[in-house]
Amino acid sequence: MMAQENTPILNTEDRGGPAQPLLVVKDLKKYFPVRNELFAKEKKFVHAVDNVSFSVAKGKTLGIVGESGCGKSTTAKLIARLINPDSGKMVFDGDGVAEYGGIALKEFRKNLQMVFQDSFASLNPRLTIEQTIAYGPTVHGVSNAEASVQARALLQRVGLAPELFASRYPHELSGGQRQRVNIARALAYQPRLVILDEAVAALDKSVQAQVLNLLQELKNERQLTYLFISHDLHVVHYMSDEVMVMYLGQVVEKGPVDRIFNHAAHPYTQALLSAIPSMDPTKRTLKPPLEGDPPNPINPPAGCRFQDRCPHVKDSCRSISPKLAPVGVVFDHIVACHLNLEPRTYA
Amino acid sequence: MRNALLQVKDLHVQFNGQRKAQALSGVNFEVAAGEVLTLLGESGSGKSVTLRTLLRLHPEKTTRITGEINVDGQSVLALNDKALNQYRGHTTSMIFQEPGLAFDPVYTIGQQMTEALRTHEQINNATAQARALEMLERVQIPQARKRFDAYPHELSGGMRQRAMIALALVCKPKLLLADEPTTALDASVQIQILLLLRELQKETGMSVIFVTHDIGAAVEVSDRIAVMYAGRIVEIGNVTDIVSKPRHPYTQGLLASTVSHDNRGSPLVTIAGSPPDLAHLPKGCSFAPRCARAQANCLSDPPNLVTTDSTAFACWHPVA
Amino acid sequence: MNDQTQTSPSVGYWRVVLRQLKHEPLAMISAGVLLVLIIAAVFAPWLAPADPFKASMLKRLLPIGSPGYLLGTDELGRDMLTRLMYGGRLSLLMGIVPVFSAFFIGTTLGLFAGYLGGRVNMVIMRTLDIFYAFPSVLLAVAISGALGPGLSNSLIALTLVFVPQIVRVAESVTTQVRQLDYIEAARMSGASAFSIIRVHVLGNVLGPVFVYATGLLSVSMILASGLSFLGLGVKPPEPEWGLMLNTLRSAIYNKPFIAALPGAFIFLTSIAFNLLADGVRSAMDIKK
Repeated sequence: MMAQENTPILNTEDRGGPAQPLLVVKDLKKYFPVRNELFAKEKKFVHAVDNVSFSVAKGKTLGIVGESGCGKSTTAKLIARLINPDSGKMVFDGDGVAEYGGIALKEFRKNLQMVFQDSFASLNPRLTIEQTIAYGPTVHGVSNAEASVQARALLQRVGLAPELFASRYPHELSGGQRQRVNIARALAYQPRLVILDEAVAALDKSVQAQVLNLLQELKNERQLTYLFISHDLHVVHYMSDEVMVMYLGQVVEKGPVDRIFNHAAHPYTQALLSAIPSMDPTKRTLKPPLEGDPPNPINPPAGCRFQDRCPHVKDSCRSISPKLAPVGVVFDHIVACHLNLEPRTYA
Repeated sequence: MRNALLQVKDLHVQFNGQRKAQALSGVNFEVAAGEVLTLLGESGSGKSVTLRTLLRLHPEKTTRITGEINVDGQSVLALNDKALNQYRGHTTSMIFQEPGLAFDPVYTIGQQMTEALRTHEQINNATAQARALEMLERVQIPQARKRFDAYPHELSGGMRQRAMIALALVCKPKLLLADEPTTALDASVQIQILLLLRELQKETGMSVIFVTHDIGAAVEVSDRIAVMYAGRIVEIGNVTDIVSKPRHPYTQGLLASTVSHDNRGSPLVTIAGSPPDLAHLPKGCSFAPRCARAQANCLSDPPNLVTTDSTAFACWHPVA
Repeated sequence: MNDQTQTSPSVGYWRVVLRQLKHEPLAMISAGVLLVLIIAAVFAPWLAPADPFKASMLKRLLPIGSPGYLLGTDELGRDMLTRLMYGGRLSLLMGIVPVFSAFFIGTTLGLFAGYLGGRVNMVIMRTLDIFYAFPSVLLAVAISGALGPGLSNSLIALTLVFVPQIVRVAESVTTQVRQLDYIEAARMSGASAFSIIRVHVLGNVLGPVFVYATGLLSVSMILASGLSFLGLGVKPPEPEWGLMLNTLRSAIYNKPFIAALPGAFIFLTSIAFNLLADGVRSAMDIKK
């Protein structure tokens, strides 16, 4: 009665071995022109992603945090090759990605899939759940029958009984159920990297817990690597092995999760951690850590981009852009800040 | 409760339009003057419906409302059109989740606030403008004068939310209804708005009903929390009691499944199943199908609200 | 950890639309009227009481209700009821065929223009803008005049009039659909643009375009009748409602009711198309 998932139908094997990072991104850049002003003398650009570099180890979860305008969603789309970067390199398991086009790109796409935030907009309202999940494999040459069998097996795996859900339409499902379908759809390609772009943000807390458990199980079962983008720091702490903090299109801090949460070095990271509402009624927050809204990265100023809101700003911050450098002797915790700050604890 | 500003008694709300549902099934609560009550719950719990009923925002033809709602001595359900217009905005006001949608995009912030003032009070334009500007400054909008003359789309998310709070408070309402006002905001802005609401509430002494699904936000602003599930209040009490000593299994499950820093490394506690269909509510306790502590009587008899020293809850077999 | 919710069977989109359509009284009445007209037109050779071309100078302009001639006779003594039934064939044909053709051509062009964007979009849309700039009637008359009179030429002319309008709607809807997340998810499959358009975009674009096209049916009928009236469509002695209006013009002082009959039928048919289109539009508004 339960559909069987046998040997992999799509071939996405490990090439580089365990030590090779699965994804390496170097100096990724994407600027969008600002179209509002017809007669402006100087063309203005939104610096959505500005020289972003990082790597993700195999089987790990990299959490990416930041607020509106930080560039995390654009970065996700660049990695997913949904939009093309203005410059920069991407290396996936040892192979350069930017050089792919045409057939090679199509092959490559099996390795990397994405789960979007809006579970309803992510599903074609005219297709049944089974058709949606089966579509991907059929593009890569799997027969319709086999793809359907695999789709049903995946539905079973994500906790949706195929007898009940395979022939339903998206509007008949709840948000949590739809997100499970989206996860099943991504898994149908047997990817190695899954980008979760605010995948649980729109879900109720109890449903969120179920989906997060599912994601962790799947990661362990299938040796998946996750790029987990979220604004919810509790969830990022739960899911991630490493965390990267972005601000106005740049990476400002990156490191192992306990370092970031317990010894945050960048003032912005510290502010974000302080901004988490307190769960203890006797220890309510007294003062907001940051004033104003996150700015729009249009023609950013020289020097550190956080200068206008940083409580510790100095003159050097306004002229020299800080580069990412290790915090003390901890080589895998890097920060882009001129100051040495007292690390703050999360809890 | 003495000096209760708001009393809701046995409120039932049924939607009979295209989609039928029993949105609220006997909601009872009171809010004292100067108190902040949070309605905590997930989708379908009835928290937003409760707020909208307090302002009578549902379409008359397809909504059936029974019960009592008394605000400052007046029965809200009995108000005629003219009295209802006076009530809305002046006695009770509301702020919404999407600040962009609450403003008319073709008028400036200042124009809309002035209009609201002059609708409810007999003052001239200059006075209204001055008071509106003062309100904008009180919600800590930088460069208030500039924002006064700005259109809604020219403001960022956080600014719009502050402007919306200013618009809601400009007529000095006694009761403020806040429907997930910070859910759509970035974390650093969210905490600013939460603290702003707390300050304004202390300054003005108004009562606030705050709706959210985020426990952290609830803890930051409220005095009491009412946990809602499937159109009923299942537990109500002080913030401290609810968060540290929940008695209802749903409250306990909700708190347990909320991710916090302790959870890392082990699977999260979840509540099995999903909320019931509001068009076909089960007999007995609505939470019973998902409750690990459910017994025979839970499935047949809906529990009543039982008041204890700490919280009041509706459960036959409460926790601890 | 299974989610158990619904147990009622799932129904496809068009089935739901059909079901909702049954609740629209005006639309159902219009559909009924149209069905009668279409049956009368299609089966005219078997159902009609007389020969549409048999003229009789003695029996000219007999009034409505004359024995044997239910709706009277026209200026050449031919039975009106018969001519109206036969006329319905051509009139309905000239109403439906151009819209149908324009629907296929227009949707295809609109899909590609909307999905591919950029240069392709510019070329297609700006070329069509030239046609779009002319009022429909003028454009129909101009093209028809250039091609010459006759049935097929007027069908071509009307099709060309409607293609730009349909492309515009299709392109607009496609552009909206293209931005949705499920299209991005489809792009992540590595599928070709053609496959994505066929599987994901087409189904979601057809709905709004279909509604728009049904609204054009009445316009097409009236334009077709207008062309025939002007002598650019069908030639006499072919029965066609617009043409009949022309030839009966001289009788308007004598027998106004008979002269108005073809007009009444044009009116009835186009109203029925309109109400049906309105009903379809409401039925397609499915609450999620």
